Amino acid sequence: MEDNKQKIQAFIYEILNNMVVSDDQDIFELGVVNSLFAMQIVLFVEKEFGICFQDNDLDLENFNSINNINNFIGKKKNIIAC
Amino acid sequence: MNNKTVGVIGAGTIGSGVAQDLAQNGIKTIVVDVSQAALDTARNKIRQNIRLYKLYNKTKPIGNADEIMELLTFTTDYKELEEASFVIENITENWEAKKEVYKRIDEICPENTMFAVNSSCISITRVGSVTKRPSQILGMHFMNPVPIKPVVEVIRGFHTSAETIKAAEELLKHMQKEAIIINDMPGFVSNRLMTFMINEAAFLVQEQVAAVEDIDRLIKTSYGHKMGPLETADLIGVDTILYSMEVLYESFNDSKFRPCPLLKKMVDAGQLGRKSGKGFYTYSKELIY
Repeated sequence: MEDNKQKIQAFIYEILNNMVVSDDQDIFELGVVNSLFAMQIVLFVEKEFGICFQDNDLDLENFNSINNINNFIGKKKNIIAC
Repeated sequence: MNNKTVGVIGAGTIGSGVAQDLAQNGIKTIVVDVSQAALDTARNKIRQNIRLYKLYNKTKPIGNADEIMELLTFTTDYKELEEASFVIENITENWEAKKEVYKRIDEICPENTMFAVNSSCISITRVGSVTKRPSQILGMHFMNPVPIKPVVEVIRGFHTSAETIKAAEELLKHMQKEAIIINDMPGFVSNRLMTFMINEAAFLVQEQVAAVEDIDRLIKTSYGHKMGPLETADLIGVDTILYSMEVLYESFNDSKFRPCPLLKKMVDAGQLGRKSGKGFYTYSKELIY
């Protein structure tokens, strides 16, 4: 879980141009990136963690903060592998 | 509208978005590009974007991805456009290239087919002049990403008929979009205002009135814009902004449209924005959007 979190943090910091944010920060509320970056995050998570998200999973709230992404991966990881 | 076929020329980012949007709304669509590689890329990207579309629209179901893809035909053969009752052209913003495309489709398409120029700066009236159907030509300036933008800037050329405008409005309504109709003038409304603002923001940087981040932050927090002008310049490409400014300057012959020298210097230095890794900001990662 902590390993996953570090990978997510590294990716999000990179997307935010090396801006470091708290794990609970809604990254779309920062005004640095818009919600279109959610697509980028979904593709990263699928590739990095071998998960295929289903239609019902594709909700911005699952991808808007480091903690939310990490928790969601935790829920999904053992269920649907690509 | 369901029995209509729409042609989409150009399978780049915007063309793919238009094609995806048409098919998502049940319209049979023929996508034409001179490059087979571009068509293959577009097909994959559209399939992926149909899936990810749900991230942004929980309330608007769009149906099964396979069924949507079945409505799309990808081809390098312009002749397939003879079935199209409406063609939306999305190739590069280059007059010579556009001129050749319109001469070609004017020969191929039935005489009642209407053509929409998807452009942010090319004169619609001028496009009309190279065809035998100037009354059936109008502009449709789609914004990126097309499937999630609710509004299209629709441009009435000098000879565009009321029937053509009505048909465009109906098509856009079917795509669940609103048409905002304006008259033909260089830069139209959105590009003229946006480019002008970015150019002036570049002057502010050049004159050291304010730091890049502060200019963007002021505009975002004061006016509620989602992105600041300099971030926008980096996203669109500093070279594209410079080119748009040059077109406006040449078109109006008015010094108020003079391009900021800093933009020229950045383009010469290869600092084109996100796509080159550096523009007004520095980027460590290449992003899709």
